[in-house]
Amino acid sequence: MSDTSQSSAPTKMSTYLLMIVFIVLALSILSLIFSVSAFVEGNELVAGYLLVIGFLAMGLAGYVLFQSRKRVASMKIEAPKVMTTIECRKCGIKSTREFQRGDFVFKDLDPCQKCDDKMVITGIFKEVKEKEKTYGF
Amino acid sequence: MSFVPGSDAISQIISIVFYGVFIVFIFYGQRLQMYVMIREVEGSLFKLKYIKEEGRKTAIETIKEIGKPQTDPTARVDRYLEYFTISPQSMDPAGIVYKLDHILDVRDTRLKDEVKLMAPASNEVQVNNLENTLEAAMALNFIYKVVRHYYIQGKKTLSLYIIMQLQMILPLVMKEAEAYASALKAFAYGQPIGDGAGPLVAAKLMHGYETRKVPKDCVVASVPIEGRNAFIIKAEGPGGNVGKPGDAVKTVIEENKGKIASVIMIDAGLKLEGETVGEVAEGIGAAIGGPGVDQYKIEDAVVEYHIPINAVIVKEDIGDAVSPMRKEIADSADKVIDRVKNVILERTKEGDNVIIVGVGNTIGIGQ
Repeated sequence: MSDTSQSSAPTKMSTYLLMIVFIVLALSILSLIFSVSAFVEGNELVAGYLLVIGFLAMGLAGYVLFQSRKRVASMKIEAPKVMTTIECRKCGIKSTREFQRGDFVFKDLDPCQKCDDKMVITGIFKEVKEKEKTYGF
Repeated sequence: MSFVPGSDAISQIISIVFYGVFIVFIFYGQRLQMYVMIREVEGSLFKLKYIKEEGRKTAIETIKEIGKPQTDPTARVDRYLEYFTISPQSMDPAGIVYKLDHILDVRDTRLKDEVKLMAPASNEVQVNNLENTLEAAMALNFIYKVVRHYYIQGKKTLSLYIIMQLQMILPLVMKEAEAYASALKAFAYGQPIGDGAGPLVAAKLMHGYETRKVPKDCVVASVPIEGRNAFIIKAEGPGGNVGKPGDAVKTVIEENKGKIASVIMIDAGLKLEGETVGEVAEGIGAAIGGPGVDQYKIEDAVVEYHIPINAVIVKEDIGDAVSPMRKEIADSADKVIDRVKNVILERTKEGDNVIIVGVGNTIGIGQ
């Protein structure tokens, strides 16, 4: 079922937004550089202000970038992994493999290698790993 | 001149800014709140659009892959997604069930014919699966359009109440849309879905026994269970199909001239938050969803012949019902069979006839 594993997702975030984020990021770096030079010149108050502005702008740009990435990631429609259980009713051999197109419950498959009786699909299911939150109740 | 207490200029500026923000919030607070909500709705709408487009793309790709059409089916799929059904007039409700039944029959035939034209190389099972795939894409298209309608209306009128209502129900709408997106993949690949819990139990009970077709799109098998003769009914699989259990139950009851000791219906039931997926519960009544036509027919038939009707449900939420069947639901089939046997032992006598109906979409489940 390799073709069902994941659907294509939008890989790009808005170029306009990206441009703004990078401009703010560049300005914040510039502000930090100026802050260092102001500190060297002995102007400690201006250096302090520039430092705060630089870090704030950098944090803001990082946050916007992170949020946008998160939004793009949440767009993905993940197809769950579906498994098929195959059983030989006569000798009780049971195996599980990935779902293949055309599988259905109670479909007869090739004969069993052990007893030559027909193998049958007895179950098709997906496993959900994460537990549902009950909020203490 | 000093506006606020405090000695230095910085404190003065901060205080003035604070008062400014306070005044702005007094006059424009609601509007700002609305803009925040609009932004939130916009984000969800963007996601809905993506899901809808993915759904459409999946449907078209599946049709091309399975149906091998001579021409590009895109235009036909787009037309299909816009189909609508007008429910019958209910000013005089007498006979409305059969009017609705007729309209649903016409719709079903029409949509199946469309699928056959779109995918000429597909067999009956594939036609059913494709129809289900397209219906899921249709549902996504509809959800997107309705949300977009209220979003644009809210923005045009700048009405907080339109936006607020939309924003409040949005988590539920998104949950449903995500469920349909998941269903779309399951339908396209013919995988059993959570709603197939009933047909799965019926299939387990009737497997190995001779089956015959009963109207409409259902199969029935006569199976001995605990010394009783059980008529097991389910929609004909493995294609995506719910059949018309109402007609099937009525037919079997009439074939046996009403001599049925009990009707037991098995279906997937919506769970409440906090309940476990795959939990089995027992009750009384016709366990069947949908537009109500089949429930009406079953109730009509059991009332006419005074037949007790019991129900066993497998609990799951809407997302589980339309997405590939969870292991917990598949595993609950054996528990349901035990419950059904208990009901038969407690409520009927040896030699009685009973009807067991597995209600739901039988996609990916044979018999």
